[in-house]
Amino acid sequence: MRSHQKLRALIGSMAIILAAACTKGEAPKPAGQEGATQAPSAQRKDVKIAVVTHGQASDTFWSVVKNGVENASKDLGVTITYNSPQTFDMVAMSRLIDAEVAKKPDGLVVSIPDPNALGNAIKAAVAAGIPVISINSGSDVYKQLGVLLHVGQTEYEAGFGGGEKMAGAGVKNALCVNHEVGNASLDLRCKGFLDAVTKAGGTGKVLAVNAADPTDSQQKVTAALGEGIDGIMTLGPLGSKAALAALKQGGSVGKVKLGTFDLTPDVLAGIRDGELEFAIDQQQYLQGYLPIVVLAQYKQYGVLPAGGILPTGPGFVTKENAARVIELSKQGIR
Amino acid sequence: MRRILNRPELGAACGVVAVWVFFALYAGGSGFLSKAGSATYLEIASELGILAAAVSLLMIAGEFDLSVGSMIAASGMTISLLCERLGWSIWAAIAVAMVLSLGVGFANGLVVVRTRLPSFIVTLGSLFILSGGTIGVTRFVTGRTQVGGLHEALHFDSAQAIFASRIGGFSVSVLWWVGVTALAAWVLLRTQFGNWIFGAGGAPEATRNLGVPVPRVKIALFMTTSFSACLIATFQAVKFTGSDVLRGTGKELEAILAAVLGGTLLTGGHGSVIGAAFGALLFGMVQQGIVFAGVDSDWYKVFLGAMLIVAVLVNTYVRVRAAEARR
Repeated sequence: MRSHQKLRALIGSMAIILAAACTKGEAPKPAGQEGATQAPSAQRKDVKIAVVTHGQASDTFWSVVKNGVENASKDLGVTITYNSPQTFDMVAMSRLIDAEVAKKPDGLVVSIPDPNALGNAIKAAVAAGIPVISINSGSDVYKQLGVLLHVGQTEYEAGFGGGEKMAGAGVKNALCVNHEVGNASLDLRCKGFLDAVTKAGGTGKVLAVNAADPTDSQQKVTAALGEGIDGIMTLGPLGSKAALAALKQGGSVGKVKLGTFDLTPDVLAGIRDGELEFAIDQQQYLQGYLPIVVLAQYKQYGVLPAGGILPTGPGFVTKENAARVIELSKQGIR
Repeated sequence: MRRILNRPELGAACGVVAVWVFFALYAGGSGFLSKAGSATYLEIASELGILAAAVSLLMIAGEFDLSVGSMIAASGMTISLLCERLGWSIWAAIAVAMVLSLGVGFANGLVVVRTRLPSFIVTLGSLFILSGGTIGVTRFVTGRTQVGGLHEALHFDSAQAIFASRIGGFSVSVLWWVGVTALAAWVLLRTQFGNWIFGAGGAPEATRNLGVPVPRVKIALFMTTSFSACLIATFQAVKFTGSDVLRGTGKELEAILAAVLGGTLLTGGHGSVIGAAFGALLFGMVQQGIVFAGVDSDWYKVFLGAMLIVAVLVNTYVRVRAAEARR
């Protein structure tokens, strides 16, 4: 009998600890919904939109997307949930989508870095009658999955534009640093970039680095620099940080042209100070903000843009416009 | 009562009930209790559970296998490449991947028992070799990091029926999980080989003196963990009609976590396959339950870490109580 009581106490205390752990996790959420109480129609608060992306919390790029989602939810007064897998894990991500679909939201926003792995989960969402919008990655496949709209930048063209700009700056032997091996969109960017460089008479190759380990990335770029590279294209803030550190280590800042995808305060300061040649901006804030607007209007009034790709980029940030963009970047909007 | 308290899986079983009740109360309204909701966490638990069953056997025998995570990537890519590039039947590709995985497991085991190096280090080495080799070969052959189009492979339909079909909304891998767990539990508790496993981890010298071929037991177990990783890779490759080079990253630690949650000791000699199944179920429930509860996924690891510590504390507490009750 004694052990019965112990057992019950044990289960009880475990539940309490679990409950405590979870309430702590909930705490930051109400901040986003405070604005919702002032929303004009109570109806809007009932609109639930789920966002599942492949962007990890540690990536500054995705925190801007998340700011876009949260600001849209505040401005419109709709309820959102935002989820992403803990690592670049497509199987885990497809299961996050499954779980959100089981919750029956009024709209679903997903990024599609791997259509093979995510296709079935997205098709299941469409089959369940949930309107789906894809963002960021997946411009080439969204239609065949039954996704209504894609909000983002077409990857190959953006990479190609970067390659042209790089060749225009006189680069002959280029390196494309891929920090997220396994992401088809990044493969396309590198391909576009290298195609443009090759077209202009130069050569180039891809270097794979581990995004989670900046030291590893930096040393790999340093090693590659020894091969006579005169231009580096990185595909995101994690890559550009490592590449810039490698250039500083080798004393070749400015001599080796550095271009990157996506903006962070560091990248912008680098452009202002002439350490980086340019950055390709896809204005990812809009990739978080716009789908929430579109889905909320679709739920409330049944109106929807005619379909296709809503382009949020590419645009170039160079020394000329860097200062203006820096202010907004500090607010987590660019 | 004493007999129940004595079971190593008690802690994890309590944890499963507590977590389920917690999410049922907290997130029941948002679909955690629905069939689709239950299916999502059971699917995760089933794949991890198959891996954890093999890993817990190996841990009871006193060894670790960190290479299972990258073995998933390597096996999945082997299947996808053979089908996509060479047009093989998917069954032939799966067979090759299985032979490959058994070979890697054999090599792991052989190095560990011959050199007497800690398996932690040896398999950390093979983790890197497999994961780098997978990226290298895949990029060399295809120039990409994902290979898809498996649904066009020869005999895909029959493979899909066996590895990736759904029965009443639930993934067929749940049945595999139950089967594998039952088989592993039977081997551990009812066969001579099972006694050897306990002996190899608990008192290797004494066991060897009794004439038990401890090295051979360990090599067989390394082959089992590697093979179970290949099985998971097959499930995922067929279900997601392709592979990427990062698949399975971190699964080695999740499997060890499930085994430890289930009452298996890190030092070997004590543990339970049934417990590992509960551990995997606990893991799956928390992973998906957090989504249903609408908790920001930024906090997921905090929750998981807290749960791990609580579960281990419960296990230790229960074991101490059980030892006292016996006196």
